[in-house]
Amino acid sequence: MEHGILLSGADNIDFMIHGVFKYSFFGHEVWITTTHVCVLIVMLIIIGFAIAANRCMAKAREVPEGFQNVVELIVEKLDAMVDTPMGKAAPKFYNYIGTIFIFILVSNISGLLGLRPPTADYGVTLPLGVLTFILIHYNQFKYQKPKEIWEGMCSPLPPWLPIWLPINLISEIAVPISLSLRLFANVLSGTVMMALIYGLLGVIATAWPAALHVYFDLFSGAIQTYVFCMLTMTYIANARGDA
Amino acid sequence: MDFNENFILGCSAIGAGLAVIAGIGPGVGQGIAAGHAAAAVGRNPGAKSEITSTMLLGQAVAETTGLYGLLIAMLLLFVKPLLP
Repeated sequence: MEHGILLSGADNIDFMIHGVFKYSFFGHEVWITTTHVCVLIVMLIIIGFAIAANRCMAKAREVPEGFQNVVELIVEKLDAMVDTPMGKAAPKFYNYIGTIFIFILVSNISGLLGLRPPTADYGVTLPLGVLTFILIHYNQFKYQKPKEIWEGMCSPLPPWLPIWLPINLISEIAVPISLSLRLFANVLSGTVMMALIYGLLGVIATAWPAALHVYFDLFSGAIQTYVFCMLTMTYIANARGDA
Repeated sequence: MDFNENFILGCSAIGAGLAVIAGIGPGVGQGIAAGHAAAAVGRNPGAKSEITSTMLLGQAVAETTGLYGLLIAMLLLFVKPLLP
């Protein structure tokens, strides 16, 4: 048992990442953890839904009904979400933003299925932040002239006096870190709270924690997914300028 | 100087408690955002959905500093970086 919650006397509190099995990779010990397993399950859910949607849309009708309605609604809502911040460039980003939105959303609410949410592992959210970072700077170098980038980097002071450059560089590097830490800490705090409630209250915690699941898993997870996608799009739109 | 393990763990627990005081800031900030959003809906009820989504976005961003405090508390309690 961890020392942190030793005083409570409960011994069935568990919200840590566990190793499932280990193997040797070029002399290093590498673990397959519960996060890998949960990511795989989330991927299987999404792929299963995608195959079902594809089957359904192959024989799509003019007037949609049933499952076709659901699929069209999801795609339309996601596209509308991308349209507002991205403006003209929106069609290029429908796929990427839609993909990460669905992945993060299903990951966040997978706590309802009894999984440990994969996004409660910093190893999952940091790559998402790094992807955003790469996209920002790819678009910046593609759509802005080097002179403009240099002026932006020295921004409050004139470009021949780069005293402010290190501070601006740090704020650029802080973008992926704060994006990924925000998502990670929100999902982790929900996971820890639910584990504490179930672990410490024991038999008292029957049925009513469902209301807390609505907040910690559904509401918080959906809001953080939306925030992650919105911030990604805002940063990319800034980097693209008017193009 | 030599401290035993329990002393370090106790001090880590006190530090974790102090770290989550960071939650005060986001609480005040989110309250201010919600209050202004309520005032905005009062002035312009037609824009309610847009105001709500803007408010939630701002609040979720403001929450970050509190979550950093939570992260420090979790690190102190479960990763135990201060133990030799």
